[in-house]
Amino acid sequence: MKKSKLISKAVLLGIFITVISAGFYSCSEKNSKTLSLSGDEASKVYIEPGKYDEFYYFVSGGFSGQMSVYGIPSGRMFKVIPVFSVNPENGYGYTEETKPMLNTSYGFVPWDDAHHSELSQTDGVPDGRWVFINGNNTPRIARIDLKTFKTVEIIEIPNSSGNHSSPFTTPNTDYVVAGTRFSVPVPNRDVPITSYKEGFKGALTFIKVDKNTGNMSIEYQLLTPPYDYDLSHSGKGPSDGWFFFSCYNSEEANSLLEVNASQKDKDYILAVNYRMIEDMLKSGIGKEMDTKYVHNVWNDETHSATSTMMNSTKTILPDDVKGALYYIPCPKSPHGTDVDPTGEYITAGGKLSTVIPVFAFSKIKKAIDEKLFDGDAEGIPILKYDACLSGEVKNPGLGPLHTEFDGKGFAYTSAFISSEVVKWSLDTKEVVDRIPVYYSIGHLSIPGGDSKKPWGKYLIALNKMTKDRYLPTGPELTQSAQLIDISGDKMRILLDFPTIGEPHYAQGIPADLVTKNQLKIYRIEDNKNPYAVKSINDARAEKIGNVVHIYFAATRSHFTPDNFEGVNLGDTVYFHMTNLEQDWDIPHGFAVMGNNNSEMLVMPGETCSLKWVPTRAGIFPIYCTDFCSALHQEMQGYVRVSPKDANVPLKYSLGNEKK
Amino acid sequence: MKKSSRILIAFFSLLLIVLYFVPIWSISLQAPQYPEGLGMKIWINKMSGDLNIINGLNHYIGMKTIHPESIKELSVMPLVIAFFIAAGLLVSILNKRKLVLAWIVLFVIAGIAGMTDFYMWEYDYGHNLDPTAAIKITGMNYQPPLIGSKNLLNFTATSLPDTGGYIFFITGIVFILVFFYERKTREKTGGKI
Repeated sequence: MKKSKLISKAVLLGIFITVISAGFYSCSEKNSKTLSLSGDEASKVYIEPGKYDEFYYFVSGGFSGQMSVYGIPSGRMFKVIPVFSVNPENGYGYTEETKPMLNTSYGFVPWDDAHHSELSQTDGVPDGRWVFINGNNTPRIARIDLKTFKTVEIIEIPNSSGNHSSPFTTPNTDYVVAGTRFSVPVPNRDVPITSYKEGFKGALTFIKVDKNTGNMSIEYQLLTPPYDYDLSHSGKGPSDGWFFFSCYNSEEANSLLEVNASQKDKDYILAVNYRMIEDMLKSGIGKEMDTKYVHNVWNDETHSATSTMMNSTKTILPDDVKGALYYIPCPKSPHGTDVDPTGEYITAGGKLSTVIPVFAFSKIKKAIDEKLFDGDAEGIPILKYDACLSGEVKNPGLGPLHTEFDGKGFAYTSAFISSEVVKWSLDTKEVVDRIPVYYSIGHLSIPGGDSKKPWGKYLIALNKMTKDRYLPTGPELTQSAQLIDISGDKMRILLDFPTIGEPHYAQGIPADLVTKNQLKIYRIEDNKNPYAVKSINDARAEKIGNVVHIYFAATRSHFTPDNFEGVNLGDTVYFHMTNLEQDWDIPHGFAVMGNNNSEMLVMPGETCSLKWVPTRAGIFPIYCTDFCSALHQEMQGYVRVSPKDANVPLKYSLGNEKK
Repeated sequence: MKKSSRILIAFFSLLLIVLYFVPIWSISLQAPQYPEGLGMKIWINKMSGDLNIINGLNHYIGMKTIHPESIKELSVMPLVIAFFIAAGLLVSILNKRKLVLAWIVLFVIAGIAGMTDFYMWEYDYGHNLDPTAAIKITGMNYQPPLIGSKNLLNFTATSLPDTGGYIFFITGIVFILVFFYERKTREKTGGKI
């Protein structure tokens, strides 16, 4: 394959040139900033004070493990939703109620690497009900309820490792998938790493989503050849019922993948006919495998999470589902695989490829029907590349990664190495426009850009480096996204905005699809937390052995009660605080001096519990941490801690009325 | 009386039934922190709206909390309205112009008594404040306006009739118009009823 060697040499040269020029960026005068703006960009991103943005954007926090919420076009951040990482700011992962959310089969894991936010869809269009996000490191998928902007469910993915091609959804959110980036032994066990080619498997997990509650449950795991499954997207329209997973490392390397997984001219996209598998499941295929994973569910009425250990999953081997799996050859370590709004075209971003292949679903079907195969991989037929191809986009930039669509016949591909967004026509496969981004773009996102109905007005470039774009902040710089106007023929940069962690991927949706479902308060009548106090008359303290439970209420501007005595060293204290407010935007916070724990923020009508093990005797102030009212500063009290053997009776009071 | 007058009287008497299903009065509060506003609706038999929030805020100025179950007017008003419905229907049946006048007199008395009672209730809540309240401003009282708007610290309180209140007024006016119309008719014809 002389030609391919030439191509890879060209690519390497490209990388070399990019690295050199990146060096120039940092030492030469900021040539990037001479970007010509036409003058009305400011007005396009300016949202009058008090006015709302047109779109919500759910931006993954990358290695922060969280998800941030932005308004577009202003680029203003509204909230960081804690998902996979503890958040002492509001007590997520610290309060007794939220701790089970971060439980895994490995125990409590306080962090993860969050990659892809994925909005739930109805009829192939984002519906604003939930947003899913994957935890890459300890494989998990979380679901966030957009009524409350709260993480309400986390399911662990067993037999998987590096949960990267996840959590992409089917057009009616009946499944989300989780493909493994690392192949591992299944079940995982102590084997030599060099036995990779013999015993390792790539697990692709199909997770059923309840259409009313959103609750996730693992339906089955496909155990495929040990490649690295990178990204995925479901079909739609004519390709509805199929899922496409890109993979690299068909070389099956287990070390120095940089080189060893870049040898073959082509890797694959795995096409999975999941509707066919659904039918096969009815005839009892597959086998239950013992495994351990947890399923954590939040309940808005008990205001607490439960963590359940699950003990088995159904595993399916390629031989069990003959006729449902096909490999489509795809040039050089494909990264993203994306399906256009019509469902006919499937594109792939070959990281080291010099073209973007565009496959046609009608041709893939024809190739399957006519058995146009090029051998097989562990029994999975490999379709002929040319038989599936609709065309190749030439000169798509170096390092093409991800593609989204505007619904007007154009596709937009991010090119990491050449640091640009390339716009091309699905029809002619011709590049029609390109725009530099700053710097090294990974994903890009158009609201609904992976759905049947893109709102093709804006594109967000999610970049990996900022270098000289902002005031420097030492060696660790901010990460950032860029807003690009795609409403006209030519793309235009409108705005740079900084993000938390790494803005790995993001999805956007018109704001009204989300705002109409917003919850303002939790109704106190519906509070079923066993530690709740429904009225101030229920407030009390109880001591059982050396555990003290304090059941207290917060209202503007005091705790009921606010003075406590009778705690001894060696006791464990639980503060169960109920916010009795039923008024919008009146949270109360709670903290106690010297607690080896966080604070907690409690929303109106909610109950939260904070653990405290005092480490010395004395008087310990408690106070409200969320500026709730004019007399917020007065919202304070004391807990008296006595030595271990002191005989101070348990007492609590408010306004000197002792109980 | 003319048949049309009797129908009008019967119709508007029956229209008072609506008062059991809609509020008669509305007090709304606006403040910088409450751009969406807070509201309290008074019905003939209950109170609704953001009562708990208003009670919560009022504790800063030492106002008594509003407990609808301890307001006796809310059990009296349904009976009074029932009386006027029955009496109005009777007036229509008995077909006596003087009874129309009697109904009007009682109705106006009831209206004035109601507004006076409402004023006194507002006065009591606005003036009898807890001496240990956090916010004390010498000379300041928090009596809401009887009708119209008034600034009370950070709140602008607006007190206006609600649907039921308007129906009450309109019913009274219709009865008065019927009465004068009938009197004029009688003067013209010189006849007796």
